Amino acid sequence: MSAKTIQEINEKIKSGKSVVLTAEEVSEIGKDKTAAEIAKQVDIVTTATFGPMCSSGVFMNFGHSDPPIRMQEVSLNNVPAYAGLAAVDVYLGATETDPENPRYGGAHVIQELIEGKAVHLKAKSTGTDCYPRKSVETSITKDSINELYMYNPRNAYQNYPVATNTTERTIYTYMGNLLPNMSNATYSTSGELSPLLNDPAMETIGIGTKIFLGGTVGFVSWQGTQFHTTKPKNEFGIPVENAATLALIGNLKEMSSEFIQAAYYEQYGVSIFIGLGIPIPIVNDEIARAVMIRNEQIETTICDYGTNGHPSIGKTNYKELQSGSIEIDGKKVRTAPMSSLPKARKIANTLKQWIDNNQFTLSKPVQSFPKNTSLNSLSDEGDK
Amino acid sequence: MKKKYILSFTQDSVDKPITYDLIKKFDIKINIIKANISADEAGHLLVEMDADRESMERCFKYLENNNVEYVPAEKRIIFDQEQCINCGSCTAVCFAEALTLDQESKELIFSPGKCVFCKLCTKACPLGLFEIHFNE
Repeated sequence: MSAKTIQEINEKIKSGKSVVLTAEEVSEIGKDKTAAEIAKQVDIVTTATFGPMCSSGVFMNFGHSDPPIRMQEVSLNNVPAYAGLAAVDVYLGATETDPENPRYGGAHVIQELIEGKAVHLKAKSTGTDCYPRKSVETSITKDSINELYMYNPRNAYQNYPVATNTTERTIYTYMGNLLPNMSNATYSTSGELSPLLNDPAMETIGIGTKIFLGGTVGFVSWQGTQFHTTKPKNEFGIPVENAATLALIGNLKEMSSEFIQAAYYEQYGVSIFIGLGIPIPIVNDEIARAVMIRNEQIETTICDYGTNGHPSIGKTNYKELQSGSIEIDGKKVRTAPMSSLPKARKIANTLKQWIDNNQFTLSKPVQSFPKNTSLNSLSDEGDK
Repeated sequence: MKKKYILSFTQDSVDKPITYDLIKKFDIKINIIKANISADEAGHLLVEMDADRESMERCFKYLENNNVEYVPAEKRIIFDQEQCINCGSCTAVCFAEALTLDQESKELIFSPGKCVFCKLCTKACPLGLFEIHFNE
């Protein structure tokens, strides 16, 4: 068994001798190689995804006016931002919407900030002795304010169910427009290229892991919300439902709208596509085996979004999903992705290039994620 | 040559048997895909017409003489493909297969000639990149 440390891999990067492959490339090459051979030949595998991720947003600090204001009610291009923080700090959530235009929201403001556009800021306050001003109205850009960083409580879902609809009416969901009588089915991961499907036990990914986020360097800051590590797994160690997640952080000022894209889903609301890539150091045979995973080995559950509780109605894998149709109860059902594989491929290749050019080295997690987690649910007092 | 057109009828041409004439007089193979008469009694017809060039030219002349406007259907489809991120959401609803993904690259292939003006893509695209004008 060959073993490498992250430090050894970083030294190889610096001397220009590291071997980097994308997760798709290693899956292809790995078809007729053993894990030990891959571990010996490959140092790093780049993974990526570019999908709609609602649990995203940005923190910002506007700087102080004279006289100063303790902002209590804040909007950016008429989209409310959360101001229950210090005087001129706010958090703008991607899915928050302009009350007068449900198709425009935080995601669009975030994209416009990235693109250097001016955004209209309005803030109100009751005024205090130390912050006497009661209102401010001005235009800001990413260069006119202080900090502007993305903080996403939940991204990079490790697997996700396929959505279909058995009812007789079209339903509009965050998984797209689901037509009646199981006429289509949608899915949303990049399969064998997806970060947490290439290191399902999260041996190399943890708090502090350096990543590609929105076109710049970002970090894993915590386990994501709804972090679930005890979902049923298949023989390859892949959870067959939505399982682990990551909380991510990065400097929005350095991001590019090539890798961050605002979106609106009909009758659902605003969301945001986040481009992220994670390098996986091939530290041993086990990790090599994990990154060799192929689409046909990554199974997921098919859920009926037309029925309360989204019950499972079958199982499939990403090879079938990416072929354009799957079979459910003997019926051929058209499939379509929600996340962009061409963009994910671009990210995996960009990250590979950064490493090849010695612009990006790998980091060892400062702390591993918790094990054996599951989720609580919420019941209303009126529910039985 | 087979091609889709949108025929727009004014109030005074709505009650003429135009389609019948196109078939009988000019030997045009017509496939009616969509038809609509709006409240102001202007009518719209999406048809696929198949005939030789000469017959088509005579047919267009006849349409002009009868106050029926004709536009190649593709001209009523606006898709800002440059902004497309290839997410694939539109392919979930396009049963005419005007929107498909390339099997290898997974990039969107747009074939406007196949569009049947169901307009489902206008709701499915999360970037709102489609505009399809049938009767407006």
